[in-house]
Amino acid sequence: MTSYDLIIKNIEQMAHRMRKKALELALSAGNNGAHIGSGLSIIEITAVLYGGIMKVDPKNPHWEDRDRFILSKGHGTLGYYTALAEAGLISFDELSNFEKNGGFLPGQPVMNMDKGIEFSSGSLGHGLSLGVGVALAGKKRCQDYNVYVLMGDGECNEGAVWEAAMAAKHYKLSNLVAIIDANDMQSDGARDCIMAADYEAMWKGFGWNVAVIDGHNIQSLFDTLGATNRSEYPRVIIARTVKGKGVSFMEGNNEWHHNRLTRAQYDAAINELTP
Amino acid sequence: MIPINSLNARLWSKLGQRGTFGITMLDLGRDLDNLVVLTADLCSTSGLDRFRTTYPDKFLNVGIAEQNLLGISAGLAKEGYTVFATSFANFVAMRSYEQVRLNLGYMGFNIKLVGLGSGYAMGMFGNTHYGIEDVALMRAIPGLCIISPSDCTEVVKATEAAARYPGPIYLRLTGIVNNPIVNKEDYPFEIGNAITLKSGSDISIIATGSMVYHSIEAAKILESREISASVINMHTIKPLDTGAINTACVTSKLIVTVEEHSVIGGLGGSVAEYLCGISSAPRQLIIGMPDAFQMAGDYQYLLEQNGLTGPQIAEKIIDTFNTIVHS
Repeated sequence: MTSYDLIIKNIEQMAHRMRKKALELALSAGNNGAHIGSGLSIIEITAVLYGGIMKVDPKNPHWEDRDRFILSKGHGTLGYYTALAEAGLISFDELSNFEKNGGFLPGQPVMNMDKGIEFSSGSLGHGLSLGVGVALAGKKRCQDYNVYVLMGDGECNEGAVWEAAMAAKHYKLSNLVAIIDANDMQSDGARDCIMAADYEAMWKGFGWNVAVIDGHNIQSLFDTLGATNRSEYPRVIIARTVKGKGVSFMEGNNEWHHNRLTRAQYDAAINELTP
Repeated sequence: MIPINSLNARLWSKLGQRGTFGITMLDLGRDLDNLVVLTADLCSTSGLDRFRTTYPDKFLNVGIAEQNLLGISAGLAKEGYTVFATSFANFVAMRSYEQVRLNLGYMGFNIKLVGLGSGYAMGMFGNTHYGIEDVALMRAIPGLCIISPSDCTEVVKATEAAARYPGPIYLRLTGIVNNPIVNKEDYPFEIGNAITLKSGSDISIIATGSMVYHSIEAAKILESREISASVINMHTIKPLDTGAINTACVTSKLIVTVEEHSVIGGLGGSVAEYLCGISSAPRQLIIGMPDAFQMAGDYQYLLEQNGLTGPQIAEKIIDTFNTIVHS
């Protein structure tokens, strides 16, 4: 096995562990429920970022040259906290804080640099502007870091996303990477029924370098995110995903946008994931 | 530091608060390495043309996009920059209110948000451009400091203080060119410390921004009617200088707040919220803009229409004071 194959295999295994851990956290949330569907749809994306792409140092989360990650779709915490744990930025024991009263890992992230959480998020449409500011700071100081902003496709309904998209191109932020979790669903149902938009054409129209890939294919994600940006403009990766990915009764079923997971459902889901 | 003296006070007065802000930023640009100033297509209006040409690496124009203005500001502030962001008060307070709440309030980034042309300064532009509710909105955000300078000299002092202050500030600029002078010479300015400009034994007038000058004028009229009024410049609306209000409670039969802002939720509301916890508090009269949109007009017309000139303020105070005395 080549070292490349080994990296891909390791990330695949990491994503598998994350998906199981995400379901465990959703179960632990009890009647609070959790955003399960869109947490599961981003698992491969965050696994590739934290398992093979981003420069992060769990011993020094404040490292100035670290790559920055912004979870603009703040409800994706099941796919975020599990990646932070895999990366060593938070411990697996600390994951028990998920959706606990007064805990530091609520349903949507709270800025906590000691734990590698760059910004508070939750309200949609804010992350890309923050990313533009962080990327500008990196350019101004000639720092060698990239900024990754993960958004939902429903989130791209927000006008502020496009204000930021315009600015990122204008400022030639080649160090900025937007990733769209394109699961084609949003809170009220199918994206095309609620607000049909040709996002690929829109991002191209805004002057970004656009790639459309399978958002659950580790190899595609790794190759695309790892490729050097030879352009002076920012990149957007439209990652085609499935909401609720990995659990048959959740996939494409918007009842799992935010829902309570029972013990029986958890057992059934874990059963499907166990090789 | 820019020298504060009567000559400069007269010069700045002619420019108004926006122009004076630009002059101050030009001075700060020389001293602060980590300064970035952003605007949403209002560079000239912010008095920042010379700053832009002198310090192009410290200046960003994000276009007409106030939400993005606040988001980019937050990203830069997170990375250690001291950020000043400018646009008209109504735009930054309302179009980007959630960004202000999250970035300045919730995450507490070191951003100085400058609200230009608040109150009725935009005159003939009409209600879309009036800053009627900005203090009410900003005051509701936890952790956000609000400063409204009384004149152009105080714009210099407040802007310099804001640059040194390690946290989020909303700097509210009021009035137009030929901004009346309150402070002719240098004086100590500290965020959160109100300044007593005139002492009096019957009434305490607590004013902010443009209304400080008009309150001084009102107090002169009151003196001529043998009513003794103190005038307190509450340049920092939040955190409120409660010590100054405690003193007013002891010394006054009537507390009056005066502001170029809606009577709902501004300085008057803030003082009322504090006074309701004091059992022996004197009566309060809130003078400001009525809870209504206005027909457009020039600045002086609007002040007169809303009873915000010195003589009109004095008449309102006398009416209320007489009812207290006669009861």
